[in-house]
Amino acid sequence: MRHIISPLDLSVDELNDVLDLAGRIYRDPKRYSKVCDGMKLATLFYEPSTRTRLSFETAMMNLGGNVLGFSSASCSSASKGESVADTIRIVSNYADICAMRHYKEGAPLVAAKYSGIPVINAGDGGHNHPTQTLTDLLTMKELKGSLEGLTIGLCGDLKFGRTVHSLINAMVRYPGTKFVLIAPDELKIPTYLKTETLDVYHVPYKETGNLEEVLPELDVLYMTRVQQERFFNEEDYIRLKDSFILDRAKLNLAKEDMLVLHPLPRINEIATDVDDDPRAVYFKQAKYGVYARMALIMTLLEIPEPQ
Amino acid sequence: MLNIGGLHEGVVIDHIKAGGAMQIYNYLDLEKVDTSVAIIKNAKSSKMGKKDIIKIEAPITVDLDLLAVLDSNITLNFIENDKIVRKAHPNLPDKVTNIIKCKNPRCITSDPCERGLQHTFKLTDPKNRIYRCIYCDQKFKGQL
Repeated sequence: MRHIISPLDLSVDELNDVLDLAGRIYRDPKRYSKVCDGMKLATLFYEPSTRTRLSFETAMMNLGGNVLGFSSASCSSASKGESVADTIRIVSNYADICAMRHYKEGAPLVAAKYSGIPVINAGDGGHNHPTQTLTDLLTMKELKGSLEGLTIGLCGDLKFGRTVHSLINAMVRYPGTKFVLIAPDELKIPTYLKTETLDVYHVPYKETGNLEEVLPELDVLYMTRVQQERFFNEEDYIRLKDSFILDRAKLNLAKEDMLVLHPLPRINEIATDVDDDPRAVYFKQAKYGVYARMALIMTLLEIPEPQ
Repeated sequence: MLNIGGLHEGVVIDHIKAGGAMQIYNYLDLEKVDTSVAIIKNAKSSKMGKKDIIKIEAPITVDLDLLAVLDSNITLNFIENDKIVRKAHPNLPDKVTNIIKCKNPRCITSDPCERGLQHTFKLTDPKNRIYRCIYCDQKFKGQL
């Protein structure tokens, strides 16, 4: 039995297999519409979420399975003081696979230790969000044709942004990756990611506070929201929330085939006048997220390719 | 030079990074030891320039894993009948459980609901002696 707690739980080969499967599902969804018939996905969401929970539920329903679960800690036995370890032992009796989001970092790992079913981390605080990473990789692979040789600009909150950290961890394993890290001083990427990941993999990167200056060199621009929920001090949030805004004028500086990704929700960091530009693929990215999760569910449940 | 009497029986924790003796004293809970404990700070050392030493006049069991995490340069001398009968140098363990604690308030180990959850750290960078919490990846910052 496998769990997916960190984006690095899958080797590059396994990751490529999942992405290839997701691509096949994307091109012929009907073929996969009954492969999880009679199976159940439990969505254990201790923290509010729109896209991730609905995406998981849609993924399981698209595979012919059913879903059950809760959408906030207050609707679960956690409000009575039940531990994650006990909750997952109970849920293991009801479902075949589980997706867990929790406000505490490491909660899905605790669940995996006690679970009788595969556990997928659907986001643990500011820590990991492997299925978002899978979504990001699938979007880039499908729209760029390959994950090799990409210059990726990461913009916004690079300090607390778990999607950014996970994407870096995943992409350093692909040859030719370069990063441009665009953030205000207060939200720069943590030093350990540079010393223990980027430097270890010898991945070139540069840090800047000027989005316009680096836009022309990017193949992918990954925009992120400054997350209010990660700040202890509201004054800091207000000061930093509008540090970088991508609008139509700035986008004119970018390559014709650059992709703009965003894990969503978007607040002010991408102006709405960018939405109808063909390079703005963040809504398409959310669609790819469903296929990425379908492929992951099939992989963890060891469901063979349908005849 | 300050003279501290030799031990008849006990343990000498030598080559502690200067200034670190009290931290070791606290981690090993030596306050509860009912025998003589000498803390020597800033002793001259040909190798280190300055070092701290702790002498414990009792054959206590010392957690080598803990010392390795705190300061892997430490030497332990076990004394019996006024002689060093054994020396030990702590090796960095790959993983330590319930020896050091994660202080990240966002970590699941800080959740009061998770009763009995062990604090486990793994060695992620042996060269720089970096240990990280297996749950949240927070770095342990208590090294000397």
